Parts: sequence; C-alpha cells; structure tokens
Amino acid sequence: MRKISYQIIVDKVSELCINANYELGQDVVNAFKEAVKIERSEIGRDVLNQLIANAEIAASERVPMCQDTGVAVFIVEVGQDIHIEGGTLNDAINEGVKKGYLEGYLRNSIVSHPLERKNTGDNTPAIIHIEFVPGNQLKIMMTAKGGGAENMSRMKMLKPSDGIEGVKDFIIETVRNAGPNACPPLVVGVGIGGNFEYCSYLAKKALFREVGKRSKPPEISALEVELLEEMNQLGIGPQGYGGSTTALDVKIEIAACHIAALPVAVNLNCHASRHKEAVL
Amino acid sequence: MSIKKIKLPFEDGIIETLKAGDRLLLTGTVFTARDAAHKRMFDTLEHGKTLPINVEGQVIYYVGPTPAMPGKVIGSAGPTTSGRMDKYTPRLLDLGLKGMIGKGYRSEAVIQSIIKNKAVYLGAIGGSAALLSKTIKSVEVVAYEDLGTEAIRKMEIVDFPVIVINDSDGNDLYKQGNEFTNKT
Ligand code: SF4
Repeated sequence: MRKISYQIIVDKVSELCINANYELGQDVVNAFKEAVKIERSEIGRDVLNQLIANAEIAASERVPMCQDTGVAVFIVEVGQDIHIEGGTLNDAINEGVKKGYLEGYLRNSIVSHPLERKNTGDNTPAIIHIEFVPGNQLKIMMTAKGGGAENMSRMKMLKPSDGIEGVKDFIIETVRNAGPNACPPLVVGVGIGGNFEYCSYLAKKALFREVGKRSKPPEISALEVELLEEMNQLGIGPQGYGGSTTALDVKIEIAACHIAALPVAVNLNCHASRHKEAVL
Repeated sequence: MSIKKIKLPFEDGIIETLKAGDRLLLTGTVFTARDAAHKRMFDTLEHGKTLPINVEGQVIYYVGPTPAMPGKVIGSAGPTTSGRMDKYTPRLLDLGLKGMIGKGYRSEAVIQSIIKNKAVYLGAIGGSAALLSKTIKSVEVVAYEDLGTEAIRKMEIVDFPVIVINDSDGNDLYKQGNEFTNKT
C-alpha cells in the first residue's frame, strides 16, 4: 500500500488549474497553425491568428487565455494500492481548486444553487469522476470547461434503428445548432453507447484526449475523420464569421449498451480546450 | 480588408455607416454588464425605478473579467455569449442603448429592436481574452459591486478590435458568413 499525502494532492491540483488556464496545449496551438494554412476565409484566418497570438500572450505573461476559467472537471484514476493520508481525495481536489483559482487570479464561476444562483466565491465544488485502476499511482486529469460551449452540448437517446446515419445527423446538427455560440473552432467530444449518464461521461472523457490523436477501433477512427470533414463544410468557421475551420477535431468514445438503446452525447468544447494532467 | 477606427460613444451618423462584416477598432468608453447585472437592471425598470447608469447613447460589453493581478487594471476580459441577455436587451435599446459587444447569435426580437432603434451588435473574439485585455486602459466599478465579476464597470478602451455582426439595416454577418463559404 503506497501512501500519498493530502497536501501533495492539493498542491498538484492547484498547479494543474493554473497551468490549464495559462498554457494552451501544444496540440491545440499546432491545430490552429495548421488551420491557418488551409482556412479559406480571410476573416477566418484573421481570427485564427488572433487566437495564436492570444495563446502566446497568456503563456508568456502567465495570465488566463479566456476570462471564463471554467468549471474544474476532473477524471482521476486511482490505483487500488494507494492510501491517501490526511483527508479524503474529494476534499483534497476541492481545496486544490480553491487554492489554484485564488492564487492564479482565475474567475470564480460556480453558483451553489442552480435556481438561487449565489456565487460560491472559490470556484468549488469541482466535478470529480473517479475510476479505479490497478497499480499504486494516482493520475489526475483536469479540464477547465467553459460555459459557452458546455451550454450548446446535447444528449439524445436514439433508437437502434436510427443506426449510424442517425448518430451522424445528431452530431452534425448539434454543431450546426451551436453556430458561433460555442466559440468555434471547436473540439467535439462524442459518446456513443453506455446509458443515459454514462454516455455523457464518455463524451466528456473524449475531450481529454489530445487533439489529432485518433480513437483505437478503426471504424470509430474513420468516423472521427469523416465527421470532422463534414463539420468543416458547414461554413460556420472561426467564431462563426464564416469559413472552413469549424472544428479542430472530433473524438469519439464508445461503450456497450442495452439491446433497446443507442445513446449519443455530444460535448462541445471551444478552442480554449484546456486540459492538464499529472501522475503522483 | 480595411479596418475603421471608431470613437465611443458613437458620434452622430456613424452607426448608419457600419455594415455587417466591417472590422473596427474602438476607442472610448464602454460599460460592462452580463447576466446578473442585466437581470437586476430589468427588475429595476419593471419596478418603475431608474437605472444606476444612463445607457442612452452608450455601448454595453458583455464580459465578466478574471480578477486583476497586482499592478494591472483588469484581468482577462473577453466576451461572453450574448444570447443570454436577449430577454433584457430590447428594453435597454428602447432606452437609447446604441451598441452591444459580445459573441454569438441574437434573437429575432433583438435584431428587430437593433433595426428599429438604429443600433449595432458587435462581435469580439470569444476566448481571446488575454489579447483583448491589453486594449483596456482603465476600469471602475460603477454599480452592483456586490455582483463581483458581474458588477457594472466603466471601461476606457483603446483600439479594441471588433467586427460588426448585426447592423442597423438588418444585415447579419452570421448568415452572410455561411453563404460565403458555401459558395466558394
Ligand atoms: S466558450 Fe470557451 S473560449 Fe468561448 S468564452 Fe467560453 S471558455 Fe472562453
């Protein structure tokens, strides 16, 4: 049984929150640079260049790239042979979020009650998903998920007879419907299968994968490429001002499901696709 | 494509010359307000009271900035999704508000109100908050301080980059943009 101290987790989480908001991943920056070369609209290229400049300023001056520093969402892989000393994992993560959002001058964007809407003042509680895995390590993956793109995300229980065409239509329709609101160019996370809640989780989980990294099953990897091409023909373009770069990538996760079900979830992410991870 | 330099508040006759797709650099004063401030302003008007700021002739920027780091006037400050303010916007336009800066679609009611009141809706690039902050030179909270990031602030901006989305003639960049790409 390996021991990991509560405080080490707090400090690491705080660091992840700050770095996710200041340093856009190289995968996303590279995708911007590739997109500028092929974007057909002049305004579109202009927007992409501004996004590259923005990411550079944020990283070099150590300031948040976007004012919406998001909901802190975590997927934590807990090795079953570890023991956390000094407190619970959930408390450690929330304390880390509080610390990171305060010390990093990040915005507090969480209200404690969905209808009364009073800001909690420290960006907690975080949303935490835990998966148990073999081994004695703790892998913490964090994303700062903005509200604009999250609001345009959708989930639907399709019928098995809707088949692959039904799935594709729903995904494309979601992107079309989001238009400029989700801050395109988008990174599109898709869950297919599972059940009502697990499907949405898969869509979120897909967003944690690097831009440009394909799904393993060959038919799913091919579907990702096909959907990306189709999205980029919608004409929405960077910021919705028109153009051929509506999405930077499409990432799909699948799972087994009930004989009567075909759940599909589309979790949109804006170009500020911020995720960082650490292994303790 | 040329970029026009525009003073805020708008000088007489300028709004009518702005067309969907025009790129502008704005210099002057804007007020910030987003969800909570809009709701409060709306409720204030519903109760027959006067607003804490005079919106006549002014421009509202939909933003909730990050906290300012020591020695800076403001944190990162990019636009938020405008559609959430749609419910409240026609009322403010009827009171003389002349422009809004945000991102994303407006409702048909807002678009009609923009035409009727000879106003304009401007887009700033969502997610380019670090870059936009460099054009903000001073910031002062002028109302609803208790709302924190959602308080109403008066901002002085210099060469703040925007693009015209909905102009006073009813043109819409979001529609034009899609047509443009489908043709090419
Ligand atoms: S959708 Fe993303 S880029 Fe746009 S404002 Fe929200 S967090 Fe920022």
